[in-house]
Amino acid sequence: MAEVGLSGSLRDDADGAASIQIEAATIRELLRKLVERYPRMQSHIAEGVAVSIDGKIFRDNREESIPEGSEVFLLPRIQGG
Amino acid sequence: MAHDTSFTNQEFKIIGTRPERPDGVDKVTGRARYGADASAPGQLIARILRSPHAHATIRKIDTSKAEKLKGVKAVLTSKDLPDLTNGNQGNFDILENCMARDRALYDGHAVAAVAAIDEDTAKKALKLIKVDYKILPHVTDVDLAMQDDAPIVQPRIRHNDAPSNIAQVSEFGHGDVDEGFEKADVIIEKSYKTEQTHQGYIEPHACLATVGPDGQGELWVTTQGHYTFRNICASLLGMELAKLKVTSSEIGGGFGGKTHVWMEPVALALSRKVNRPVKLVMSRNEVFRASGPTCSTSVDVKIGAKKNGTITAASATLRYQDGPFPAIWGMLGAMTSWACYDLKNVKSKAYDVLVNRPKVAAYRAPSAPMAAFAVESTIDLVAAEIGMDPVEFRIKNAAKKGTRASYGPTYGPIGIGPTLQAVKKHPHMRAKLGPNQGRGMACGFWFNFGGQTCTDLNIGVDGTINLTIGTVDVGGSRASMSLIAAEELGIPYDQIKCNVADTSSLGHNDTTEGSRGTFSSGMATIFAARDAIKVMCERAAKEWEIDVKDVEWKDGSAVAKGVRNSNLAPMTLKEIAAKSGATGGPIAGHNEVVADGAGVSFASHICDVEVDPETGGTKVIRYTVIQDAGKAIHPDYVEGQFQGGAAQGIGWALNEEYVYGEDGRLQNPSFLDYRMPVCSDLPSIDTEILEIPNPDHPYGIRGVGETSIVPPLAAVGNAVSMAAGVRMNHVPMSPPRILKAIKEKQAQG
Repeated sequence: MAEVGLSGSLRDDADGAASIQIEAATIRELLRKLVERYPRMQSHIAEGVAVSIDGKIFRDNREESIPEGSEVFLLPRIQGG
Repeated sequence: MAHDTSFTNQEFKIIGTRPERPDGVDKVTGRARYGADASAPGQLIARILRSPHAHATIRKIDTSKAEKLKGVKAVLTSKDLPDLTNGNQGNFDILENCMARDRALYDGHAVAAVAAIDEDTAKKALKLIKVDYKILPHVTDVDLAMQDDAPIVQPRIRHNDAPSNIAQVSEFGHGDVDEGFEKADVIIEKSYKTEQTHQGYIEPHACLATVGPDGQGELWVTTQGHYTFRNICASLLGMELAKLKVTSSEIGGGFGGKTHVWMEPVALALSRKVNRPVKLVMSRNEVFRASGPTCSTSVDVKIGAKKNGTITAASATLRYQDGPFPAIWGMLGAMTSWACYDLKNVKSKAYDVLVNRPKVAAYRAPSAPMAAFAVESTIDLVAAEIGMDPVEFRIKNAAKKGTRASYGPTYGPIGIGPTLQAVKKHPHMRAKLGPNQGRGMACGFWFNFGGQTCTDLNIGVDGTINLTIGTVDVGGSRASMSLIAAEELGIPYDQIKCNVADTSSLGHNDTTEGSRGTFSSGMATIFAARDAIKVMCERAAKEWEIDVKDVEWKDGSAVAKGVRNSNLAPMTLKEIAAKSGATGGPIAGHNEVVADGAGVSFASHICDVEVDPETGGTKVIRYTVIQDAGKAIHPDYVEGQFQGGAAQGIGWALNEEYVYGEDGRLQNPSFLDYRMPVCSDLPSIDTEILEIPNPDHPYGIRGVGETSIVPPLAAVGNAVSMAAGVRMNHVPMSPPRILKAIKEKQAQG
């Protein structure tokens, strides 16, 4: 079971929750279960989100595993210059 | 195949040296080909008609007279660009920005385009196009745009169940700020404004588009991301990706402004209409009015601290304008605002707000400089209030490994503390100041990111290397990639020729943004080189008729291991390459990777200024940049990035500003009236590179291209405040604003 922190506009579409608990072994599974629970998250995920696992940020790699007890944050996808 | 991307702390022989840049001769001799340097037989010249109004309904466009003008081959309006976006609002916004549909949303918004046999004819044709506008109320100020009675820019946008210009609200933070403020001995609250600035790249947007009757197209364009341009243009025009080849020209500056499509779909659509090449180059006026500047902002900051210097709570409310299309610039301001500090109670709330100004684009660490101006100015005020040295105050509260960032994740090894310690020790801090002079310092943060990357490394039979990358070289990445390939292969730097491929020649590469070029293409180059080394070891093993397990790569040669192979002399890369035809054919390495794990970046800047109390004019007399690079591959380029960001930040801090009239029109769309710093305005900018390795890159690389623009607004502001004796809270701190502040203070006695 991973505790997933939510920030920014992602919170609004998870009924305002700052964090939620989800059983997920990979980023792909995490995002799928997130949409199952909060369908409005689909648009964010389609636009692109980043997932931080123990401080390392993954933007595209959905196969990355989520170790038990790791710190997970879902972040909006950022742009740079 | 996944590779281990962990930092290995290997010893380098070539990385960190400063060889000549491979593109240098081309650039100083004029041989380098930029966006406007391409031509094709039979090409037409295109020009775009732009709205003179900030906000207007387009009732009718009559192009009949323009179409009849001799030499005009095509006229285009939004009717020629049907909506093929299939509900993708982001793409529809791009389409609408390229060519207004039922409304012009800002001064400079494209409303029609012409392709003609020459520029004069195209310009004459534009004058013959009659647009019937109904002028609508407009709003260009971010604070006014948030008011309930503000003109609505996009009726589809709603906030609190009502039409609104507030497109998005984002909150970040943790802890309990109310409780934190209750524990504070000192609380400072302050409001700030920053004006809109442009990246100011010297090369305007330019492209040459060719679409044939078979539907196949080519686009030569100045861009930071030719794959992204291909994907967007093909999508908007209903083309297949494989049938649109996009080639990136040399780039005359981008800084984020060339990550967005502005006019290229128009050039392609015109070309498709007449089946002739179409060249389209923006004038400087168009670059200012119709390509994306950064946001203007309005920010409130509140910091509470104990007398011992511990910050107990910090909060910020940020209002960023996005132009007429929703974006994430305010959100990025909120995410970056407190990233330098280790805070138990912190909160940022950002509003992304629509106004009748051009679509906002990224500008080097987008959104972070404005937030840093507000935060770092207030940090100085709090330090002064509790009687603590501002550097010591920052050191006491600096984020470190294990700090939970204000935007969520916990940091690994980071460089904010070391940059501050370097500030403390730097001779600049001990230099004497003269009359009317002041010194300020400030910190800055940027995330950096990696992304999708693809690289080829082909070994010629003479042992020279064609290294092919897909990330556009905006800041010296061809030199850095050549150094990395030379390091891995164990051969001289000048044996490698690095090229940026067109979109038909290599797999997808994300845009060069987010300081990702050296991080991600560097990673792909390392693994492509190792892939080639594996092949070369196999070839040597074949020649020697031994097991490949007994072959290793060392100093540019295959070496046979073990006592029984001790009679075999090492086989050099050149020798292996020369025999490649008889050992299995061409030798190449390849890698495709999603480069994750980009290390965050921090910088601390020191600035000395002299303010003329009679005129309010400010001269920067000394400037030092200290930044963590993770690992500097080519230190000249790293220092160049540090200096370039600082120079742009100084211009932003002191002079650069979009000035809008009451009519909503931009008043200063030229370099005469939009005052960017030139060499004579700036001192030599000193640099100090720190190297705190990124644990998630084999060489420890962090991006370096953006962070250096984050601290200057605040560093200059803190210096001006010391020199002039007044706290400046409005950027740019131009002579009239400084003089006004001085006079107001004098009037108060």
